[in-house]
Amino acid sequence: MDAAPAQRVATISRDALQALLDALAENYDVIGPTVRDGAIVYDRITGLADLPAGWTDSQGPGRYRLERRHDDALFGFSVGPQAWKRFLHRPVETLWAMRKGENGVTIESDASAVPKFAFIGVRACELHAIAIQDRVLLEGPYLDTAYATRRQNAFIVAVNCGQAGETCFCVSMKTGPRAQSGFDLALTELLGNDGPRFLVEVGSEAGATILSRVPQRPATDEEIAEAAAIVARTEKQMGRRLETDGIKELLLDNLNHPRWDDVAERCLTCGNCTMVCPTCFCTTVEDHSDLSGMSAERVRKWDSCFTMDFSFIHGGSVRKTPRSRYRQWMTHKLATWIDQFGTSGCVGCGRCITWCPVGIDITVEAAAIRENPQPQGGGQNGHD
Amino acid sequence: MSTATNDAGGSRHRDPFVPQMYRVERVSRELADTVTLSLTPLAGQRPSFAPGQFNMLYAFGIGEVAISVSGDTAESAFVHTVRNVGAVSGAIEKLAPGSVIGLRGPFGTGWPVKEAEGSDVVVVAGGLGLAPLRPAIYAILANRALYGRVVILLGSRNPADILYRHQLEQWRQRLDVDIEVTVDHADRDWRGNVGVVPKLIPTATFDPHDAFGLICGPEVMMRFSVNALLNAGLPANRIYVSMERNMKCAIGLCGHCQFAGTFICKDGPVMRFDRIANIFVMREI
Amino acid sequence: MATIEEILQEHPFFAGAPAELVRLVAGCARNRMFRAGEYLFHEGDPANEFFLIRQGKVALEINAPGRAPIVFETLTVGDFAGASWLIPPYRWVFDARAVELTRTTGIDAACLRGKCDVDHDLGYEMMKRFLPALVKRLHATRLQILDVYGNQ
Repeated sequence: MDAAPAQRVATISRDALQALLDALAENYDVIGPTVRDGAIVYDRITGLADLPAGWTDSQGPGRYRLERRHDDALFGFSVGPQAWKRFLHRPVETLWAMRKGENGVTIESDASAVPKFAFIGVRACELHAIAIQDRVLLEGPYLDTAYATRRQNAFIVAVNCGQAGETCFCVSMKTGPRAQSGFDLALTELLGNDGPRFLVEVGSEAGATILSRVPQRPATDEEIAEAAAIVARTEKQMGRRLETDGIKELLLDNLNHPRWDDVAERCLTCGNCTMVCPTCFCTTVEDHSDLSGMSAERVRKWDSCFTMDFSFIHGGSVRKTPRSRYRQWMTHKLATWIDQFGTSGCVGCGRCITWCPVGIDITVEAAAIRENPQPQGGGQNGHD
Repeated sequence: MSTATNDAGGSRHRDPFVPQMYRVERVSRELADTVTLSLTPLAGQRPSFAPGQFNMLYAFGIGEVAISVSGDTAESAFVHTVRNVGAVSGAIEKLAPGSVIGLRGPFGTGWPVKEAEGSDVVVVAGGLGLAPLRPAIYAILANRALYGRVVILLGSRNPADILYRHQLEQWRQRLDVDIEVTVDHADRDWRGNVGVVPKLIPTATFDPHDAFGLICGPEVMMRFSVNALLNAGLPANRIYVSMERNMKCAIGLCGHCQFAGTFICKDGPVMRFDRIANIFVMREI
Repeated sequence: MATIEEILQEHPFFAGAPAELVRLVAGCARNRMFRAGEYLFHEGDPANEFFLIRQGKVALEINAPGRAPIVFETLTVGDFAGASWLIPPYRWVFDARAVELTRTTGIDAACLRGKCDVDHDLGYEMMKRFLPALVKRLHATRLQILDVYGNQ
């Protein structure tokens, strides 16, 4: 998937969207949003019938409810608890298996085919999150080969948000609401009097090829304007913002700010935020063997910096207190990530706010420190 | 899993997650709970390493542990000194010659052996901290004429716990190395120094205006030693410490070894002190 | 043969001290030499004389019943052996043993305390020299008791 700027803009009907999904299903595992367990999650879909038509989500700090819309928009919601990372950067992955034999130790690599995914309904913030994980997992001195293959195989159909989620703040993070790049096709759902249609922007050769198999017509100027108006309306609906000016210096100069104690009294260190965050990438490895001791395998799993185990070295954990663990997560996400990978780690999707059981809001915490900075003095050079 | 990596080390064609198999050639007991292993690859030659780097040693079916290389770069084997502090290191401590062990690496940054040429070198080791420093000492002594004064200061718990004691005594017989050893406490038979290792710094002979400090040991000991070197006049950008954090993947992908914004596996373990001075004394960072 | 005053002036403890101060202290001082194994003082003895170490090594020891004495500190050139003369009841709390041939300047504690009571400037100068050394020793002791090399 190459990152060519949108070249063509077409309009397709709902039926044509079904045809698009069918065309993708020939070569891809098609993954899209669907209603399950009281939420909109990403899972395998076969057609439009699986999409959350007429559903929307009502979100707030520590709150998520599905509600019925008064129309039957297919993408009339924001983001659910899951991110696309559960397909690209899998929660559980067997790295290798080993077997002891007479001729020594042999390593068995996983011979099963790497799946090819087509993601339907990727939001602008999620496109940025995928790009951020690309930087982390593909641009270091060692690359994550399984991620690289799944990423290369992925076909992305983005969707421009028709409304802002109540916890969203992509505008201040400069990650949305409009999908700019990183997609093969980008849809904007038009719900006008002429019936439901989709404006389609082409983002790559692969996107153009798939689109050519689907009934379409060139988009009219009115439709293009309508799509732009939808995105502009979404932009104005943002209910919160995170001021990113100098955020790195602000947080790293305030590592002993009393606000960390304040949030520590609320934070349960449950790690929900790290599970739902689309950029959190930390993993752990577990080594297993069978009772005979003749075979062993290493499994990689998602991990969270909120656990006591995460920072364990002989003698104990480095980050024992909830204060230090919350501080680690937030300063990594907003500050040190910039030094490590060149961008912020946050895309403003709001998931951490929605799925925090006690409703901790990262934008509020950052603002509290910015409003009353208390940089620590002394001890800067280790001198006493 | 495909086997590509874009690193420039010796493992270009190997999956960096998969251990290579090594044979334990030799095991020598250093202390009651510490052994030194000499490892050679089952196939081919070991990759080259820089003094200060570490390998991930894998005990079959149990797990991996990060252990600094403690041998000479000139030696064909990977030499590692391992202390029994847990399940993995305990299993490794019990390996007999001929056993097979998994190894990934080398990873991380090394001591400034090249940068220190032309200057004095003060090596400050605490306990097992001498092990990651030994390859640097070998490298310096192999090119002794390139350096000014070479001072080695070692602190141990008690005389029985002095690591590489025989080798220290051999080095002491050279006339071009100053070696001072101190222990936290001792009995009457010990005629050496008793007290903490930073105490040896004010009386060591080196030119603080042109010296490098290399420190390795428990973090508390390193903090006090850094202060002692700074008080002696060494600039912060000439002091190097070896940091330790939870190590899992060792290749910069799992996030565990982060020390503020640095990854110990990529930006460490050897770190120049001025670059981490503001977080070095910070609690729980 | 150097005078006591000259010897004191050269000792690191009196670095930069005005000659008048050294002269006053010299009036309480004498040379003391200890062979290897000899004790400078024993626990419980009156702290009559403390020692500026000019050459050699002194081990501070503590005795516990049923076990061999434990050496917890060695002092060397530039250090002073003995601090308990500064505080009542002026009795030693440890043993001090010369590890090797050790040359010291012994200073009569009562004499120096008396002179400091009379001359407060002298007293202040002495405190300014003793206190930093004692604070450093306290810091080092704190690190020492952490037993950082121990197996946790």
